[in-house]
Amino acid sequence: MTKTNLTLAEKVWNDHVVVKGENGAPDLLFIDLHLLHEVTSPQAFDGLRLAGRQVRRPDLTIATEDHNTPTIDIDKPIADPTSRTQIEALRHNAKEFGIRIHSLGDIEQGIVHVVGPQLGLTMPGITVVCGDSHTSTHGAFGALALGIGTSEVEHVLATQTLPLKPFKTMAINVEGTLRAGVTSKDIILAVIAKIGTGGGQGYVLEYRGSAIRDLSMEARMTICNMSIEAGARAGMVAPDQTTYDYLKGRVHAPVGKDWDEAIKYWDSLATDENAVFDAQVFLDANTLDPFVTWGTNPGQGVSLNDVVPFPESFTDPNEKAAAVRALEYMDLVAGTKMKDIKVDTVFLGSCTNSRIEDLRAAAEILKGKTKAENIRMLVVPGSARVRLEAEHEGLDKIFLDFGAEWRFAGCSMCLGMNPDQLAPGERAASTSNRNFEGRQGKGARTHLVSPLVAAATAIRGTLSAPADLEEN
Amino acid sequence: MEKFTTFSGIAVPLRRSNVDTDQIIPAVYLKRITKTGFEDALFASWRNDPEFVLNDPAYKHGSVLIAGPDFGTGSSREHAVWALRDYGFKAVLSSKFADIFKGNSGKQGLIAGEITDEDTQKLWDAILANPGVEITIDLVQRTATLGDLTVKFSIDEYTRWRLLEGLDDIGLTLRDESSITDFEARRPNWMPKTLPAKH
Repeated sequence: MTKTNLTLAEKVWNDHVVVKGENGAPDLLFIDLHLLHEVTSPQAFDGLRLAGRQVRRPDLTIATEDHNTPTIDIDKPIADPTSRTQIEALRHNAKEFGIRIHSLGDIEQGIVHVVGPQLGLTMPGITVVCGDSHTSTHGAFGALALGIGTSEVEHVLATQTLPLKPFKTMAINVEGTLRAGVTSKDIILAVIAKIGTGGGQGYVLEYRGSAIRDLSMEARMTICNMSIEAGARAGMVAPDQTTYDYLKGRVHAPVGKDWDEAIKYWDSLATDENAVFDAQVFLDANTLDPFVTWGTNPGQGVSLNDVVPFPESFTDPNEKAAAVRALEYMDLVAGTKMKDIKVDTVFLGSCTNSRIEDLRAAAEILKGKTKAENIRMLVVPGSARVRLEAEHEGLDKIFLDFGAEWRFAGCSMCLGMNPDQLAPGERAASTSNRNFEGRQGKGARTHLVSPLVAAATAIRGTLSAPADLEEN
Repeated sequence: MEKFTTFSGIAVPLRRSNVDTDQIIPAVYLKRITKTGFEDALFASWRNDPEFVLNDPAYKHGSVLIAGPDFGTGSSREHAVWALRDYGFKAVLSSKFADIFKGNSGKQGLIAGEITDEDTQKLWDAILANPGVEITIDLVQRTATLGDLTVKFSIDEYTRWRLLEGLDDIGLTLRDESSITDFEARRPNWMPKTLPAKH
């Protein structure tokens, strides 16, 4: 293989090999940025202490609090003692090992995958890891970003490297122009429905094509974020002017000569014309509808204009059995129009869709409207900065006037580790990333949707697209 | 880490596909800051169902799980592996594992062996015909043997070697510390630094 036929992922990989693995051993890769949060790190720090090891590069490490933190009363001590203990452990570990931390109440606190890009720490061509599967988000910048387990967190803390087996590459080609009301969330839900929750296993995905190039950084992050939902280790988009415009001027973005040097390198990262991907997937953006899930894994999705599928329509026996089980859990009858499904709660938030652009898009639809009866809507910005920015633009007032709750930043109802949970049997339209059984609360039922569908659903009370509002 | 060569224990048929890590251990159990004591959390929601396989006395003391495809999808939580390990599981066999789960298993000495869909069905049939039957996992031969049925499983060669030798990953990497130092010296200046904070 020569220098002229490499994919984006292969280039970033090659430039980070510290030791090339021999005889089946993995390559040892250098890690440029390590993000930490309270849930997957305490046992890693304990491991360091037991072995008498230090954090090798505190200057490449940053921590924030997001998974179990409350989204109300953040000025008061955390009510739940186990959550409080976990947060205190992170603060203690950060202090002991000299790691920068953005705690609850700090202007840079927020969901770890919103904070990294916002600070300008996430850059093209770097390797990023975090003990969280949605680290794939950072791939939107052309970074190789991997979710890792706690043993690997300890490994990176101690060595700033990770032994990794080479991945295969898959191109996700999305050509065309999205219609009004269709977003990047719909693209990724459609991709996962197409290739399945295991379809990306062993692959790094590269999202390509005119529809991807047209997307903002926020929208690209939404897509890369859910790469893991297709089973992929990572998802990437080649950096371009959109990437550079987003980065320029951010507090940690390079300046002056460094910026010029960085741009020169970043420009060299795009997949070479004659590079060969191990697999290819094609999706037509022109004909894409808003997409929603009906089942209990993110691959169980359909067009919002469709009906709840019949289990008999699946040829694979495992898929068929999973569909039967999912319909039972979701309390849905095959053949029901997706738009006839009533929901109780609408959640706008999570590392998938809690950035300023997501809030703006939803607010534009909600402005001047009132919510459907009995609907509870929770708006949880991705970071303290996003919250402030939204308030500066008056979005908080739109949400509050509509009847939604305006919360502080965190992972919140995406995984219900804090008090933001659904009650058993409750049904939600959620802009998050996982519709697993019990994900948003024991016995809770989740439909994954875009922020636009979330907003329209909050107005009508049933799963809806913005276009449905005009018909009334 | 302890060396792993062979192990025999009760085989448990988990006849479901797409067993995500939220099912293996719900998020509410992730607030603990210890690395052990997660046995009560394993499949916590499903264990409320009297029909769930681990509530069957024949499988209660199971230690080898045979699951449907796409096992361990979703969240990266290593707690899923800790919960399986703490309950007493030494191995999981499936036709397809999520990458992160597979990696986490290897770090904790839990065997994640890949078998074919056909062999999964054969094992399920054999177990259901004889609930509580023992299965032998042989990491040297990469086989699972249940009565007169023997199936091959695959596991990546490097992980297998580490488990057979009982080697710690960080210790292995630190043998290459001078290469890490050399690499660090070559990194360009524009690369991100979190310290000092720039605001």
